[in-house]
Amino acid sequence: MARAVTPQRKAVTTLAAWTVALLIFFPVLWMVLTSFKTEASAVAMPPQFLSADWTTANYAEVWARSDYPRFFLNSVIISLGSTLLGLAVAIPAAWAMAFVPGKRTKDLLMWMLSTKMMPAVAVMIPLYLVFQRLGLFDTRIGLVMALMLMNLPIIIWMLYTYFKEIPAEILEAARMDGASLWNEIVHVLTPMAIPGIASTLLLNVILAWNEAFWTITLTTTKAAPLSAFIASFSAPQGLFYAKLSAASTMAIAPILILGWFSQKQLVRGLTFGAVK
Amino acid sequence: MSTHSTRLASRLMVAPSVLLLFVWMAVPLAMTLYFSFRLYRLLSPDRTGWVEITNYKWFFKAPDFWLALFNTLALVGGVLVITVVLGTLIALLIDQPVKGQGVLRILVIAPFFVMPPVAASIWENLFMHPQNGLFAAAANALGAQPILFLEKYPMSSVIGITAWEWLPFATLILLTALQSLSSEQLEAAEMDGAGAFSRFRHIILPHLTRAITVVVLIETIFLLGIFGEIYTTTQGGPGSASTTLPYMIFKQAIVAKDIGRAAAGGIIAVILANIVAYFLMRGLGRNLDA
Repeated sequence: MARAVTPQRKAVTTLAAWTVALLIFFPVLWMVLTSFKTEASAVAMPPQFLSADWTTANYAEVWARSDYPRFFLNSVIISLGSTLLGLAVAIPAAWAMAFVPGKRTKDLLMWMLSTKMMPAVAVMIPLYLVFQRLGLFDTRIGLVMALMLMNLPIIIWMLYTYFKEIPAEILEAARMDGASLWNEIVHVLTPMAIPGIASTLLLNVILAWNEAFWTITLTTTKAAPLSAFIASFSAPQGLFYAKLSAASTMAIAPILILGWFSQKQLVRGLTFGAVK
Repeated sequence: MSTHSTRLASRLMVAPSVLLLFVWMAVPLAMTLYFSFRLYRLLSPDRTGWVEITNYKWFFKAPDFWLALFNTLALVGGVLVITVVLGTLIALLIDQPVKGQGVLRILVIAPFFVMPPVAASIWENLFMHPQNGLFAAAANALGAQPILFLEKYPMSSVIGITAWEWLPFATLILLTALQSLSSEQLEAAEMDGAGAFSRFRHIILPHLTRAITVVVLIETIFLLGIFGEIYTTTQGGPGSASTTLPYMIFKQAIVAKDIGRAAAGGIIAVILANIVAYFLMRGLGRNLDA
């Protein structure tokens, strides 16, 4: 905003904004700090800030005791795989709905979104049985499919709001020049849609990475990603706070770093067309 | 511009998505409906058969059903109110000329990247734990008794944890919407002598309607199915104090191993979701005119 602001007022708002932001961020920071303390230091009362015994042993121990690389790899394959597959299905659908809207396009979009309202728990047993029968239980491909379907409505909706912003005249001009439908999509639409597709990809990778219900119910060991890895860690009476924090940090660090680096695209994607 | 062939092509492009989503929804739903009328207990697999609406009757008569229903709605409503109100206030604050807005945004968005089991376990162990948590330390320092968050106020604690997870989402959408508001309009209002509250009420709030709509819609979709936060922290207890409808279904299926009853609960949950969806779409659909 271009309004004149007194330095005092700027100082006050800056202080207030930083206080609030640090409060929101503090639990994550505290977890990371705890992960570098010894177990005794982690549960010390009063809590230790600067006087704590710092160590990296928790990470070494979590690494040695669990197969972190496999969980990590499963997370990458499942979140990326389900998102890419979802994009492949959703891009044509969103394109068609944005540029050749019918009378019921909006109803269709709302119906798609409403499928996400069905509580996962309600269909847990049937899905478990179907996955067992089809040999998809505890397989990466099974989870890729489940998460793809789970996030498909969100992917379609996000892409739809992006595609709506592309002026239809450009497509018409391409069509006048005799471009085929395929050419129109590959050479005209796609380059313009890349930023939108990138944000959609980012958000859905994050949603899939953090998904904890289906990944826990539909896997045991082979295909289990990091969300299942962390669920298997329990903290009986605070004996393992530091190790639990280390494992938690290891589970969220990859996506936290990815999210921070891609923050701008992500925020744009998150608005679901709420901001024009 | 829509010739017959474009229209056909566009139908073909939408078809796979519609088909996939329909199968993904219809097959498990049909199976759940079927199970809900059957006697189907994993502990006594030999006894099977049709039981009409017995499973549904059990659910409606179960002492914790109405509590679970109330808890489900309290969770959705509570988190929505907290995230929209706090999100608006924080967005207004960050939108002021402040130093380091980029870093602020990075700090505020962080909880969104934390997966539910981790978020729940941070809060349960590092903060709310009555002996080792930071809240207990704060209470000790003030000479007060530590609050037994998860024992005494389980539902409020779950709502608090979930609100922390969803606050970044609401804040960022509202902040982005605020930044698209033209400052000329605000300046003109200020020159006309409109006070801060009046500017908020008549210019900022109407501008945010669409963004708030999206926040409510998206959050409701995710909040209706909240599970991991309860599973990690209270396991629905103490007693059934923090049992929501999804968690009650889970207990029937996994603890009691009664698939028939769980399925009946599932159908009830689906009906509830549809009722919520209906009112949501009716009330908000207009604002979403894309």
